[in-house]
Amino acid sequence: MLKINKAKWLELFAALSAQGTLYVPANVDDKVDFTIWQNATEVDLQATQTAKSIKNIFFPQVENLLDFKTDGLKLSVEQRMLPEEATIAFGVRGCDVRSFEVLDKVFLKDPVDTFYKARRENCTIVSLACSAPDETCFCGTFAIDATNPGGDVTTWLVGDELFWQANTDKGSQLTEKVKTLLVEGDAAEVAAQQKATKEIMAKMPLADFKIAAKIPAEQEKVFNSTVWQQLSGTCLSCCACTYVCPTCHCYDVRDFEVDNKVERFRCWDSCMCKDFTKMAAVNPRVSRLERFRQRYMHKLVYFPENNEGTFACVGCGRCLQKCPVNLNIVKVAKALEVAKDV
Amino acid sequence: MCNCGSKDVLTPQIGVVTEIRTETSDVKTFRIEKPEGGMVFDFMPGQCAMLSAPGMGEAIFSITSSPTTKDYMEFSIKRCGEITECLHAMEVGQQIAIRGPYGKSFPVTTDALKHKDLIFIAGGIGLAPLHSVIDYMLAKREDYGSIDVVYGARSKEDFVDYKELSEVWPQEKNTKVHLTIDRAQEGWTGNVGFVPQFLKDLKFTPDKTVLLCGPPIMIKLCLAALIEMGFEKTQVYTTLEFRMKCGVGKCGRCNVGNKYVCKDGPVFRCDEIDELPDEY
Repeated sequence: MLKINKAKWLELFAALSAQGTLYVPANVDDKVDFTIWQNATEVDLQATQTAKSIKNIFFPQVENLLDFKTDGLKLSVEQRMLPEEATIAFGVRGCDVRSFEVLDKVFLKDPVDTFYKARRENCTIVSLACSAPDETCFCGTFAIDATNPGGDVTTWLVGDELFWQANTDKGSQLTEKVKTLLVEGDAAEVAAQQKATKEIMAKMPLADFKIAAKIPAEQEKVFNSTVWQQLSGTCLSCCACTYVCPTCHCYDVRDFEVDNKVERFRCWDSCMCKDFTKMAAVNPRVSRLERFRQRYMHKLVYFPENNEGTFACVGCGRCLQKCPVNLNIVKVAKALEVAKDV
Repeated sequence: MCNCGSKDVLTPQIGVVTEIRTETSDVKTFRIEKPEGGMVFDFMPGQCAMLSAPGMGEAIFSITSSPTTKDYMEFSIKRCGEITECLHAMEVGQQIAIRGPYGKSFPVTTDALKHKDLIFIAGGIGLAPLHSVIDYMLAKREDYGSIDVVYGARSKEDFVDYKELSEVWPQEKNTKVHLTIDRAQEGWTGNVGFVPQFLKDLKFTPDKTVLLCGPPIMIKLCLAALIEMGFEKTQVYTTLEFRMKCGVGKCGRCNVGNKYVCKDGPVFRCDEIDELPDEY
């Protein structure tokens, strides 16, 4: 186990950013979010949850895929270069680390999304263990150990010391580049913090929250349950839940005419949006109830069916924090659990 | 290092429009080839392709021609939205972006259809995906039993591929074409009425296998008629229509139940559709 004192963190961030574009949790416009580190960046390693997940590092909110050029009747297609930039995602919590595995099941499944794959391969993930869980956290529901969050390197913040442990070859290579800044640390200090954190977690409001086994098992009953009517009644279709969710991955592909070419880009989309399934003649999900239900059915039933029981949720709690009308996956799962018709 | 050789799954190829036929007031058939000639890619009947109208976007279409016709691919496209409007404005010689093939085909190479007596039921533009299967089977005629094509349209002017329907297919061995239009009109001596009733009037025996394609409401009513006539859902294949963006089961748009219409469909056996939530 290695460690680095707070006094040397600035040097650490400078050394890391020399290895690639460094993303850190930092105070940005009165909120903590991932941003590209620069000398003056106010890195925040205390906040447990960033406003948004860091999924955009692999699956950007908007990215250009290709350009079309026309010359009379002729058309040419030029695919954008695959990203080659080395990146380091620093301070990623256990829930978000797990979310990458969920996204991998979508984007790395045959046929592979080459843009996602390139970004994923170019990134070294330095995780940060949790020590002060938020009351909206429920990563334990998905057997995520927030005190040992994984990634290529795991770090633990204990007082003014940041403990450091490489987990993979990529992590070891990165460690090698900054090793002059690191000193030997006592693993017992980390173990003590992990023990204390687990004791806190056991007392948190969602510590015992489990998704009832009948939810993924009873597709038809869950789909036809009357609870959707009540639950979706207050949804504003603002899609905030989708955008802050680390596992939501629906996207749109659109064209944009600029100068004398057409850029084709992809951008985040949401199955909660009104036009998501709208075709020229019909829209199979015309009501808000149907769209609301689709998002939760996908996370709790369809995704596990297709992915050996893995839920498309990691318990980060962002939807609990951000929904303007207090809807969230915990509320939905609990309502389905007690529903008489499921 | 240049990595432009690694083609992404969303990056289309270039094809050229070599022929355009006006089928009806709102349907045109486009013949597309590689610039150097030939099909842009190989496929099986029932599979789809993404066509681009650069600047407007992409949409998915079933391939109308048969893969046995190696020289070109054809698409019968109904003008009904923004992208199809752009595609209808194309001219011969124009290049187009195309990617595919996507989805599951009709099971033409398996015992599910081989050596079976077959009924093709189509409504309107629903003939497009079935056309590929019919031409494929006619090219391998000895592999399949009798073929009955039941096709309904709003009026006689709305039949797609009228020439093949009236002159070519009926000349083929053991092949019949039954046409019906919604409302009587001058100069029409054939059947008048909707397809579900026409099916009952034709008194098909339930020992045949059915390929059914058309508007969702027509599919539902025809299926009900077939069940009434003694057919099982396991004897009926159909296609689902959903909005799609990626075509490869990732963008989430065509997700119904645990299926993605783009990769698990568009062809489904009707009993498989029963297992999906009712939102298609």
